[in-house]
This record gives sequence, C-alpha cells and structure tokens, in this order.
Amino acid sequence: MKSQSLFQQDQVFSALKQSFVKLNPKLMIKNPVMFCVEIGTLIMLVVCVSVLMGNTTEGSFAYNFIIFLILFATLLFGNFAEAIAEARGKAQADSLRKTREETSARQILENGTLREVKSSELKKGDKFVCENGDTIPMDGEIIEGIATIDESAITGESAPVIREAGGDKSSVTGGTKVLSDKIVVQVTSEPGESFLDKMIALVEGASRQKTPNEIALTILLAAFTLIFIIVCVTLKPFADYANAPITIAAFISLFVCLIPTTIGGLLSAIGIAGMDRALRANVITKSGKAVETAGDIDVLLLDKTGTITIGNRKATNFYPAPGVNFHDFVEAAVLSSLADETPEGKSIIELSNQMHSDIGLDISLLTSHISQTIKFTAETRTSGVILKDGTDIRKGAQDAARRIAENAGNAFPPETSDKVTEISSNGGTPLVVIKNGKVQGVIELQDIIKTGMKERFDRLRKMGVKTVMVTGDNPLTAKFIAEKAGVDDFIAEAKPEDKMNYIKAEQQQGKLVAMMGDGTNDAPALAQADVGVAMNSGTQAAKEAGNMVDLDNDPTKLIEIVEIGKQLLMTRGTLTTFSIANDVAKYFAIVPALFITAIPALQGLNIMRLHSPESAILSAVIFNAIIIPLLIPLALRGVAYKPIGASAILQRNLLIYGLGGIIVPFIGIKLIDLAVGTFF
Amino acid sequence: MNTEITGIIPVFGLSILAAIPFGRFIARTFLGMKTFLDPVFKPIENLIFKISGIDPDCEMNWKQYLKAMLGVNLLWFVLCFFVLLTQGSLPLNPDANPSMTPDLAFNTAISFVVNCDLQHYSGESGLSYLGQLMLMFLQFVSAATGIASAIMVFRAMKDKTTDKLGNFFSNLVKSCTRILLPVSLIVALVLAFQGTPMTFEGKDKIITLQGDEVEVSRGPAAAFVAIKHLGTNGGGFFGANSAHPLENPNYFTNAVELWTQLLIPFAMIFALGFYLNRKKLAYVIFGVMTVGFLLLVIPTVVSEMGGNPAIEKMGIAQAGAMEGKEVRFGAPMTAFWSIATTVISTGSVNGMHDSTMAMSGNMQLLAMMVNCFYGGCGVGFLNFYIFIILAVFISGLMVGRTPEFLGKKIEAREVKIAAFIAILHPLLILSGTALAAYCAAGDYEMGWWFSGKATGWLNNPGSHGFSEMLYEYTSSAANNGSGFEGLGDNNPFWNITTGVVLLLARFIPIIGPMAIAGLLASKKFIPESAGTLKTDTTIFGVMTFAVIAIIAALSFFPALALGPLAEYFG
Repeated sequence: MKSQSLFQQDQVFSALKQSFVKLNPKLMIKNPVMFCVEIGTLIMLVVCVSVLMGNTTEGSFAYNFIIFLILFATLLFGNFAEAIAEARGKAQADSLRKTREETSARQILENGTLREVKSSELKKGDKFVCENGDTIPMDGEIIEGIATIDESAITGESAPVIREAGGDKSSVTGGTKVLSDKIVVQVTSEPGESFLDKMIALVEGASRQKTPNEIALTILLAAFTLIFIIVCVTLKPFADYANAPITIAAFISLFVCLIPTTIGGLLSAIGIAGMDRALRANVITKSGKAVETAGDIDVLLLDKTGTITIGNRKATNFYPAPGVNFHDFVEAAVLSSLADETPEGKSIIELSNQMHSDIGLDISLLTSHISQTIKFTAETRTSGVILKDGTDIRKGAQDAARRIAENAGNAFPPETSDKVTEISSNGGTPLVVIKNGKVQGVIELQDIIKTGMKERFDRLRKMGVKTVMVTGDNPLTAKFIAEKAGVDDFIAEAKPEDKMNYIKAEQQQGKLVAMMGDGTNDAPALAQADVGVAMNSGTQAAKEAGNMVDLDNDPTKLIEIVEIGKQLLMTRGTLTTFSIANDVAKYFAIVPALFITAIPALQGLNIMRLHSPESAILSAVIFNAIIIPLLIPLALRGVAYKPIGASAILQRNLLIYGLGGIIVPFIGIKLIDLAVGTFF
Repeated sequence: MNTEITGIIPVFGLSILAAIPFGRFIARTFLGMKTFLDPVFKPIENLIFKISGIDPDCEMNWKQYLKAMLGVNLLWFVLCFFVLLTQGSLPLNPDANPSMTPDLAFNTAISFVVNCDLQHYSGESGLSYLGQLMLMFLQFVSAATGIASAIMVFRAMKDKTTDKLGNFFSNLVKSCTRILLPVSLIVALVLAFQGTPMTFEGKDKIITLQGDEVEVSRGPAAAFVAIKHLGTNGGGFFGANSAHPLENPNYFTNAVELWTQLLIPFAMIFALGFYLNRKKLAYVIFGVMTVGFLLLVIPTVVSEMGGNPAIEKMGIAQAGAMEGKEVRFGAPMTAFWSIATTVISTGSVNGMHDSTMAMSGNMQLLAMMVNCFYGGCGVGFLNFYIFIILAVFISGLMVGRTPEFLGKKIEAREVKIAAFIAILHPLLILSGTALAAYCAAGDYEMGWWFSGKATGWLNNPGSHGFSEMLYEYTSSAANNGSGFEGLGDNNPFWNITTGVVLLLARFIPIIGPMAIAGLLASKKFIPESAGTLKTDTTIFGVMTFAVIAIIAALSFFPALALGPLAEYFG
C-alpha cells in the first residue's frame, strides 16, 4: 500500500504529547520495567530537592539534576516509542475511517416505504437500498439484486467488482460505491462494531490485550528487573563493608542501566507495529494474537483456483484427428465456441486469434454462418452450433463425444483417444470436437499457474510451512498441478467437509493450520483453522468465522501474514537479547566508578578508561536513554525475516544483536564519555 | 610438558571415557531394560519393595512424585537431627565424642540431607561412629534423590504426551542398589588398600620419632570417602577432608577420588542422550558444560602454577603457590581439584581454598555461582534444564516462532517457573552475604547469634574477609559444601542462616524443573518442521552458554568485584 516515511510531522507532534500523558503511573504500571524507571526518576527528584536544601553527601546539584533529566528522558523515549507506533496505526486507521464518513442512506421501513436516514442511525438488521452512484453507508450483505461496485476506497484496486445476493460474493463494505444496478442490503453490524472499528480500537491501543508470548516475555523481563533489584539492594551493605559510600544517584543509575529498559520501552511499540504492518498489507486482524499465531503456522491450505492458477483453464493446444486438416479443425473448434460464454470457450477463440496470422480465420465471417446455437445441457453434455448449411458442430468431454460419433456410425480414432489420455495425465482437460458426427480432434485446456508461485512455495517450505492445494479436480489433474506449482500436498475432488477434516487431522498432530476462504461453506473450516483469513468479498459468515479479513481479496496474502507474524516475534527476541547484552558494558562503566575512590585497585576493571566516576555514570545513563529512540525505527519496521532455517537465523541474530549488543555500548559509552568527560 | 599438567589430562579424560558406558548403563537401568546386574540386584530390590510395601510399577504424576520425594527427605532430616543431638549417649562412640548443639545438629542434618555437606565441625571430635554412619546413609540417599529427580525429568522429556512419570521410590532404590552401592564398594576397597582406615575401633596411639605419644583418629573412613565422592556429597570423615593423609593418602587415591566424583555428573548427561535416544543433544549439553569447565579450570591452574606474587617479590623461588596445599598433590592438581569440586557440587577439598590465589578464588566462586557445569548428582542437569528453557524461550523468539523444546511449547507458566529458579540462586547468595556484610560493616554485638562482635568471625579484613562470607553462602546455595575456611562458622548465626539457604537452595531448584517437565509432558506434542529451532546444534549450545554466562555475570559481577577481583587487581 501507500508507503510513507517512518516519522511524519503531525504524528511526531501528537506522539510527543502522548509521551507526557503516558507518564501517569496508572498506565506505567502495566510495564514493570519502565515503572521502575519512573520510581527511580521520582527518587532523583527528591534527591535534587534535598541537595538544594543543603544536603552535601549526594554530590553537586548539577550532577544530580542531569541524572534526573536523563532518567526523565528515558521515560519519555519509552513512551514516545509506544505513542509513535500508535499514531502511525491511527493514521492508517483514519485513512480507512475516512471512507465511512456520514452519508445518507435510504432505509427500507417495515411497511416497505423508503426513508432518508443518516448512515450512523442504521442498526444491525436494518435494510437499505443503493443505486448506481450511491456510497454504501454500512457493512452489510446483499439480500436482493446484483451490482458492480467500486471498492478502490478500501483496497486501492480500481477495477470494479461484482457483488450479488446469495452465493459467496454477497458482502459489501461501507464506504464503497455502487457503479451500476440496484441492490438491497441488510446491515450486519451495530454502529461502531464493524471489523474496521474493531481494528481501529486495537491499533489505537484501547482494547489491545497482551499476546501469550508478550506475557511470557514480560515475565522474563520482570525477572531480570528483580535480579537487578536484588543486586542493587545487596550492594548497599557490601559497599558499607568495603567503606565505599555510594550516592543515591549512582545507585539509581546502576539500577536503571541494568534493567532491560531498551526492550521494556519498545515492547508495546513492537506489538502495535506488527498489527500496523498487517493493516498496511491491507489485512484487518481481529486480535494481536492472530498475527503472532500466523508466525507459527505449519500448514497452509490454499484454493487452487485464483490462488495457484489464474482464474480458469485456458486452451493451450489444438490436436486434429488423423485425416483432418489443421485449419479445418481450428475453424470447427472456433465455430463450436463462438456462442460459448464460458471462460473456457472464450479462451479457445483467444488461442485461435493468437494463431491468426498462421491460420487466417475471419471470426465475423464465421459468425455470420451460424444459424442456431446449442447450449450446454446436463443431458447432452456438449455445446455447439448448427450452421446455415446444416453442418452440426459440437464439442464436449470424451465420453459424450464418443457417443455422438458412435451413434452416427463413425469410429472414435484411437490416436485421438490416446491424446485424450495424455492430456488428462498432464493435468489438462481435453475437449473433443465433432462435426456432423465425425471426430475432428482434441482441444487441450490447461490450468495456467501464476508466475512466481513455485518460488513462493519454496520460500514457505524453507520457513517450515507445508502448503496444501485444495481443488475440485480429479486426483490425476490435481497431482499434476500440485507438482508443477510446487505445493507439498493436495486435496482433490474436495468437498467443504474435506477441508475441515484435513485441518482437524493436522491439528490433531499438533500443527497450526492457516487457510483462506470466502464462501459460507468455508465458514466452519475458517473457524476451525488457527488462522482463518476471510476475503473481504466473501460472505458475512466467512468473515465472522475467520480471525483476519483481507481487504485485497488476494489469496497469496497469507505468505505476507506469516512473515509479519515471524517478524513480530523476532523483533521482540532480538531486542531483548540486545538489551541484556548491553549490560556487560554498563557494568564495566559503573561498577569501577562506584568503588574506585574506596578501592583504587578496581581501576583495573575500568577497561574503557572512562574519565571520572561521574562521567562514567553519566555516559552509561545517557547511552541507556538514547539507545531507545535510536532503535524505534527498527521496532516499527521489524527485524527482516529471511527463510534460511531456524539455526541459521539464530546464528545471524545472535551475532548481530547478541555480540553486537555487547560491543556497541562499549563504543557508545566511551564516545559519550569523551564528550561528558570535559565537564565532569 | 610439565608432568604436573600431564597428570591432569588422564584424570579428566578417563572420567569422560568411563562416563559414556556408565551413562548407557544408567539409561538402561531406568528404562527397565536388562542389565548384567539384574540377577544380583533384582532380589534385593524386590525384598526392599516388599518390606516397605512399595509397588514399583505404580506410576506417579509429577505432583505425586514430588510429594514422595519431599516426604521421605523430611523423614531423613528428622531422623538425622535426633541422632546428632543424642549421639553422645548412643552406641558406637568409642572416642566418647559429645552430642551436637541444636543449631549445629540442625545445620549438619540439613546439610547432609541436601547433598551439600557443609561441615561446621570436625569429624574426629564432633561425631560418633553412629553419627558418621547416619551421615553416610544420607550421602547415599541424598545422591539417589538427585538421580531419581533427574530421571523423572528424563521421562517427561521422552514421552509424547503423558502424566505417568515413573515411581519415585523405585527410582530411588534403583539409584542406590544399581549405581551408588556397587561403585562405592569398588572405590572403598581401592582406598582401603591404599591406606584409608576402615574400622570401628577408636583412636590409635603412635609414638613419634621424638618419643611423644600421639593419638590418631580413625574409623570407617574408606566407605565414607567413597560415597562422599561418588554421590558428590563432599562431607569429609576427618576435618581436613581430602587433604587429610588418611582420607586421601597419595597421588593415586587423589586421582581415584577425582574420577569417582566426576563419574555420575558426567554420566547423567550421557544417560540423557541414551534415555531419549538423542545422543547429539547430550553431546551438545556436555560440550557446553565442558567449555564452561575449561574456562574456569585453565585460569585457576595457571594462576596457581604461577606462584604467589607476594612471595615472588621476596625473591623466593616457588613450585607454584604451595601455601595451604599438600606436597603429594602439587599446585596444578590441587587447582584442578578445586574447580572440579566446585563445578560439581561435591565440595570436598584437598587443599585450602582460602589460600589459593585471588583469581582461583574468583573461579571457584564462579563455578558455584553458575552451578550447572556438570553440577551435582542428578541436580546438575536439573539446573542446566532451567537455562535450556530460558535459552529456548529467547532463541525461539529470535527465530520468529513460539518457543518449543522437544516438541512442547514453552509458555508463560514455564517461563515464570524458570525465571523464578534462575533468580533464586543469586537471591540466596547475595541476600545472605548482604546480611553478614551488614553485621560486619557495623561490627554489631551479635548476642545469642555469635559470641562477640560480628567481625570476630572473620580471619581476614577487607576484600578477603568479604570473599570468605561470600564463599560460605555461595557454597551453601550451590549445595556444594566446600568452605573457604578462615571463617568462624560454628555458631548459631552461620549454622542457622546457611541452614536456611541450604534448604531453599536444594529443594526449590529440584521442584522447579520437575514442575516444568511435568507441565510440558502433559502438553500436546508438536512435530518438528523446518521452522523449528533444533536444540541439538552447536549454535543452540552457544546460546545456552551465553544465557548461563550472562545471568551469572550480571548477578554476581559487583560482589566478585568487591571480593576476589579487588584482591586480584590489588
């Protein structure tokens, strides 16, 4: 979707404001790490006041006040990270919300009369009418009529789509525009409770709940905080024993530096950014948990049509029967399809057009020969035309064609029969053309696999996701397409309950399953799947059953969703590692500084050769503070995911964020000390 | 190469070589497979089960298993406490040694129940032979408790989804009969032949060259010393522990005692590999432990061989830092022993740790602060298991997948328990030391707790004094039992505070892993996929090592800086 820079001016302003609002201890306590920083900041404030009042044991006022300011900044940075993530999500949501500004609607009252109402007055179950040019006021389901609809306001896709009552494409979204015809729509959600409203609430943080992994991580971070509370509290009697008095500022600084403030400050921003990324990919998630679960998916169910193959089958080849001229056969094939409105029929004419120069058919001339068209029926299972000269041309499946030929006393040529078998086993569909009871040849129809699918499936396989193709085709065809497209498994001749059973069987083995669906008969499977992505064009039932809705109706979107889920976890994990690894350098900065006056020997631990105890402590606290805003872009964008296998990713991230996390602060603190050391 | 160094290699190498088949034997024993000892021990075990009314085939869930373990340990504690309180008037007391004071009996009983053997007394004068036998019994069963607890965790890791995790009593008895008894018997025989006494007679008298009559304490020492090492207990028969010439007569017995104490901690890791049929996992774990061990051993050996810089300054040539060491072992072997005994929770000593160089003292402390490089009998793996859980959690997030270990998801509950156990160790060590340091800093009158002022319990001022106090609590929390010595520790203050630390530091870190394993065992099994992080790889080993190292470093750096590091740089 629209790309935008990470920080936009208006967002930054509102986030800055929010950073102060979020200082409210009631809000802070949800984040134990940052809450500890807040307490430390308050203690420093008290110390500053006591120094002003004449307390001389705690060092200079300037030094204490600077520590206070840095701690305060640390708090604001943490809050800012969360606020900017929220602001970005909000901006994204606002742009969607614009689509649902107040419009007027024509409600159908119970007595059948129409009444002009505001869209906000519509309640669940109300019905309204929309005609060409109208903006649809609310999410709903078409109960009468068919219409072309412009959904570009939501999907950004300019081509209009068709929505009709009954079937799987009956759902309309508020804010989209009717381009033609007239529909009656029933409202499916209460005002303020549509999917979009829910999503907006999630992104804005109002109803955000911590995901299970986030809870576990918070526990771990709280544990690290506790360790450092123990370390700092016990340090007091240790220092007393060693006759090394420690100032309160030094204690608080040591404590704040050690507790994992970096990840603590960024944790909620990471979570919000994950949902925001999903929204940017035009996926509405109903909870943060769904995004996280997506990263764990083991099995992915994809419909063949529209996902793996482009729409419908297409004619790819003409094979004339023995003794039939190629030109005559193609002509017969085209004639048989001229009246055929199906995509398959159209593709035959397309193919002949592509061969136009070689064959030289004149379609309009041919059309003029037709006297009567014969539609496909379940009994004849053929379709075709009767020409003005009485010639009867039909095309159909092999068995139907064989019957016609044999009824007319003609043999079915064995060469053609072989060809039919060959095409079937290659995953194609053979159509036999008959002219006046004589077999003319076979047209081969093939599924066209979307380009780049094989690469995508390879990528999924490397992520550890097994792909399963679901199709109504016979097993032979299904197997061929599955192999060609590179999916790992397939369900052929699939009925809706087959999907459900497959999902259940995989889940029984402990696997997490994702699927996409649009139809009402997909709803149970969507609900059963761990991640169910409903197409926005799908029925209301499907949308209710899934835990995500894809506004673009793009079946390959699941791949992106899986990556977003993985990125979310990875960003948390790597920043935790980074945060903890930072402590090594901070120890080497602060511990010698604490004791150097009492135990000069500990100068040996001052491996960074920091200028003075005060500058060492200040440098460590400053580094600790500024690393938070420096990492905000990473938290918002997420750590890049590469499908190179779990061990390789671990190695890479351990090297970058673990080893890097140890080295970077040594350099950072030393550089800051070079500057700070000129004052302290 | 220095022959003293080459002496260390076979001791270490042979321990590993022996541990692999022994680990296989342990695995087969607890898998219920046939072993060559069956004909000998089956009848004995069946007799024990029959007398005590135990159905060895009755499977327990993790809570029942835990209750059985805690219950029987409580019983042993009470029994031992009363024996020590009254030993003076009980039989088998040829030297007429007195009964223990209540606080010392409390400390000693706990200390032996928890496999620590922190000894605030000297065996020669502080215990009757009945007391010694009581403690010897505890040395067997406390080691067996550790093994049986680890076996439950093994079992929980093996089965796909279950709450049936074996029978505690059966595993306890088998640990004694199949593992501890046979090996102890062999080791005791070797020691007895090398000159360690094995008698119930009282003190012997000899007349020295100067014509003085000297009394020499003796007793059933060979049997005691064997299980003291095999069960990673470390409680010496004599006060001087394995530095005593009768407890550890020569270089060969020194090697035997090292082999014996390293055997089970090593073998338990290999047993895990055989038990789960995941040998690679065991090798990775063993590799991580060995790297950690070597990182502790090498600086220690180097600094002990380098000699004491203070003596160096006086211009005196030295064969390593020999203060507080036995000439028959030499500096490098004593240095090696000091780390071996602290990484595994034996805590027997063959030289004074108080007299080792500052860097060595630092390494000995670190070994116990980490407490999971090999570790004690059975419990070493349990401690390591906690770090595996934490490493799995963090690295699982790092690779973008909800963390899982051997097909089980690690979620908030497991992280909560693991984090709590990981915090407990620094909490006990640091708060104990803080309490003692607080008393010493103010030099308070201690009243009933200690006769006189608090600094009276320190033999050294400054950093070294601090190290002594830190060492005592670290040794207690690690259930190690070695002493830095030089600390006046037989008084209510030290007996009671370390007693409490011992108790908490033993059972909570056993309960934690058992609970996690029990919870995981009942979870749904998830098959491995390409996205799953494998735990039997080098990179995961590196991750686990990093987690262990960083938690230890972050928790203890300030304390070490004030103790041995301040001395080292001074």
